[in-house]
Amino acid sequence: MVHNRVILNLQGVSFSYPDTQDKKALDSISLEIVAGEMVALLGPNGSGKSTLARLFNGLLIPTSGHVLVEGQSTQDEEVLWQIRQKVGMVFQNPDNQLVAALVEEELAFGMENLGISPGEMTEKIEQISTQFGIHELLQSPPHRLSGGQKQRVAIASVLAVDPEVLVLDEPTSMLDPGGRQEIMRELTRLKQVGKTIILVTHDMSEALMADRIVILEDGKIVLQGEPKQCFSQEDRLVKMGLEIPPGRRLAQRLKQKGFDIPNDLLCVKEWVEFLCLK
Amino acid sequence: MSKIIEIENLQLTYAPNTSLQRQALQNINLTVESGEFRAIIGPQGSGKSTLLQVMAGLEVGLGKVIVDGLDLRQKKNRRMLWQRVGVIFQQPERQLFEDSLYNDVAYGPKNIGLSSEEIERRVKTALKKVKLGEEYYPLSPFKLSGGQQRRAAIAGILAMEPKILLLDEPTAGLDPKGRQEIMNLFSELCRKQGITMIMVSHDMEEVAHRADKVTVLQKGTVFLEGGPQEIFAQGNQLTEIGLAVPFASELANALRERGKNVSNVTTLADAEREVGKMLRRRNGH
Repeated sequence: MVHNRVILNLQGVSFSYPDTQDKKALDSISLEIVAGEMVALLGPNGSGKSTLARLFNGLLIPTSGHVLVEGQSTQDEEVLWQIRQKVGMVFQNPDNQLVAALVEEELAFGMENLGISPGEMTEKIEQISTQFGIHELLQSPPHRLSGGQKQRVAIASVLAVDPEVLVLDEPTSMLDPGGRQEIMRELTRLKQVGKTIILVTHDMSEALMADRIVILEDGKIVLQGEPKQCFSQEDRLVKMGLEIPPGRRLAQRLKQKGFDIPNDLLCVKEWVEFLCLK
Repeated sequence: MSKIIEIENLQLTYAPNTSLQRQALQNINLTVESGEFRAIIGPQGSGKSTLLQVMAGLEVGLGKVIVDGLDLRQKKNRRMLWQRVGVIFQQPERQLFEDSLYNDVAYGPKNIGLSSEEIERRVKTALKKVKLGEEYYPLSPFKLSGGQQRRAAIAGILAMEPKILLLDEPTAGLDPKGRQEIMNLFSELCRKQGITMIMVSHDMEEVAHRADKVTVLQKGTVFLEGGPQEIFAQGNQLTEIGLAVPFASELANALRERGKNVSNVTTLADAEREVGKMLRRRNGH
């Protein structure tokens, strides 16, 4: 974030789905995201997170206000193609995203559209499939894969065309813990190489990785800031139906019983150290 | 207690005798008691969903599979299954299609030729169970929120009055509050109405909290089986195959490794008790 270059700029964005004009899915959202930043979008179901995610690359166009990607508006149909190359989307359900007959073709799909040479394509497929642990699945049809494997294929195929911004809508909600860690490790790596990441999630431990948390409720931004800062407002989060990690909840329960528990206990390691103190 | 599901030596191969051949399930032996809440956990590709499909009669392998007294080796028995076994796949709301919530839930009961009074009774009972009130009946299911849509889809299955519910990651994608609501509903259906639950899940906290027994699958075979406390005490074995354990079990396992005397726990309430004991000992009470 050396230059603090604003890559995504939302100016007073509102959105209503057809037939529901009376209720705004998003209501006057203004938000600036700088290149290289990782932002976690949180909020209960129906708060507008997924709608917001779909505005970033022009899958949805604001009813009013503007979404600017490096200064270009998603309302400008002539640049929409460029915008979608810059901003890649990964959805919660990979079934809606996978189109090819074989995993290998799935990875090649986006690159083919960009006119990348076959040689370069083969190399990229090798590299990205190894990175995502799907190399041995290259010749399998996507519909025969488990949900988690499908999701890895979906993310790999979006990254194959090197977007600058990656928007992920609850990408781990169908993965097992091992698969989840893999995806989160991958996101950490992408963050280190300077990709801008927008992660829609319900998982607080995933949100803790972000530079900034943005919490939505009823289509409005109700809270944003650094994770630890947001996190200290436990009562508010609980009221919104968001989750408090178990390590924190255990501390609350014991405090209520009158035990003296430090405020910063969160993970198992911290708890073990505290409990093994002489 | 009587056995409601009995599986012996189940094998299932995808695309046999082709280059895509893959052994999905092998040597599966499994018994589920009537009224039980069973969790099936395992890493991706371990065969969990396939096993559910076998129990639903949607996939057929080699070996004995008896569900509610029906031998699924016979095609006519597999056809009889769908009135007794409800399947809730991942994102069941994708199966909603009718013009109103009421009609969507009524679709199944209508199809089996029930009287209109019986259909009405079933629809109302099912929607009451999932807490969708009469004001929602005329609405298009697509106008409901994500959590409500999922409850609507579940109501459609409950209206068939199944004896067994097969749940494939039933809370994936719901927010914590929605998850709680759905899981409380399943617990209630199991404990109060005796519906047998077979739930595939990655949510170890819920598994620990709800299940009577846990079956761990790995590479298409049964890797471990037992009560949640017993299973989650094997933290290392589970993490090796890419699974996690609930926070409370992880804490207890780590404390035991440090030589502390802590019993096997799986829920926060248990952890609170055990940690409380430790702190009291330390404070000299």
